[in-house]
Amino acid sequence: MTATTTETRNALEVRNLNFYYGSFKGLKNVNMDIAEKKVTAFIGPSGCGKSTLLRTLNRMYSLYPGQRAEGQINFYGQNILDPKQDLNLLRARIGMVFQKPTPFPMTIYDNIAFGVKLYENLNKSEMDDRVEWALTKAALWTEVKDKLGQSGLSLSGGQQQRLCIARSVAVKPSVLLLDEPTSALDPISTGKVEELVHELKKDYTIAIVTHNMQQAARCSDFTAYMYLGELIEFGSTEQIFFKPTKTETEDYITGRFG
Amino acid sequence: MGDKHISSQFDAELNSISTHVLEMGGLVESQLHQAVYALVHLSLETAEQVLENENRINQMEVNIDHEIISTISRRQPTARDLRFLMAISRTTQNLERAGDEVARVARMVKSIIERGSPRSLPISELRLAADLAAGMLRKTLDSFARLDTTMALAIMKEDDVIDAEYDGFLRKLITYMMEDARTISPSLDLLFLAKSLERVGDHAKNIAEQIIFIVKGEDVRHAPLEKVESVVR
Repeated sequence: MTATTTETRNALEVRNLNFYYGSFKGLKNVNMDIAEKKVTAFIGPSGCGKSTLLRTLNRMYSLYPGQRAEGQINFYGQNILDPKQDLNLLRARIGMVFQKPTPFPMTIYDNIAFGVKLYENLNKSEMDDRVEWALTKAALWTEVKDKLGQSGLSLSGGQQQRLCIARSVAVKPSVLLLDEPTSALDPISTGKVEELVHELKKDYTIAIVTHNMQQAARCSDFTAYMYLGELIEFGSTEQIFFKPTKTETEDYITGRFG
Repeated sequence: MGDKHISSQFDAELNSISTHVLEMGGLVESQLHQAVYALVHLSLETAEQVLENENRINQMEVNIDHEIISTISRRQPTARDLRFLMAISRTTQNLERAGDEVARVARMVKSIIERGSPRSLPISELRLAADLAAGMLRKTLDSFARLDTTMALAIMKEDDVIDAEYDGFLRKLITYMMEDARTISPSLDLLFLAKSLERVGDHAKNIAEQIIFIVKGEDVRHAPLEKVESVVR
């Protein structure tokens, strides 16, 4: 039941991280390790900084002026907050899936191939293999293999979300960041995505932000509880949901948060 | 229990379960008093009453189980709430078994009366063990109602006193049996009866362990007393 005592390597190490939206401090001195090939969940009420933290992990915030991070995020030893960090390369290695499915307005096939083409030069048959591989990883292949030429937007919401996951997986990242990946999905699609998360952690490190506490309990190995920009408690999911050490954590997960 | 949930209905459900457990415990306690009365006064009528009431205890266990299952399935409780419901389930199981032991005492009393009461046997000496068991049960219910771990720890220690009392009584009975072979059969009844009282103490102790589990989140079943002390402190 103890956290981070196992022999796992850390994919990401967050050190003294502060984050600012202009003058507003969104993250306050966050320190945590994200273990390799494990699922780490971030939970907390709206505005607690969990999505902000997730977005620092591949510097998604750099798209917005006025947002800046201080401290260190070491990705296998390399500080990704370094201004010299190549952001395209970083995002290929640390992929992200958003709350609402965001397929590109192109065919299912091209949705997958588009990102791959940015980084790799594959011939037709290699690309076909990669598309099949990514769609299989995302547990979508059998559902779409006969309609790869159709628009990605023709799929159901749950399928679209899995298409987005396939798109992220296709560039062979090492970390997948999932920002409330199932909040727009029905329970069956949610179940499929959760099953997928379980499958994907064999090969990838996963960080997931979720408002659904039971989802964090079901599919994560470690859970971080955040409140008002601070990391309140971080530990193994079993420990957090069975015997949290902080009263604030317990109040939140038992629904006593007022 | 404790602070309020955002959902007041959840609070109401947990409170209702708590109340029902205390009612069940109260009934077991009163059954024990009745059984001891039947023993000391050799009252057939009271012994039969105890046996009749036993069904009510069994039914209460089933009802509380149903409430627990309903709450777990609809609320997916976590942390303290989860520990509370798990502990309640074990607590009612122990109360039900304590109820069985009390019924056994009543059955034994009936058998002693029907066989003709052996006035020579030290029946009244069982009173102390009975009072200890009843006291332990009452304190357990008190500390459950208040989630008082210090009291729970004291109860766990008290169980040793009942065990010692049982051993002493056993030795005394052996003396009676050796002196007069005619007392063997009624002595065995008394022996089983004493054992049942001792078992009530064991169940009270098990419940005390669950109180510590709820509050501290540590499973102290089978743990040595020193460890339990360090958990409570």
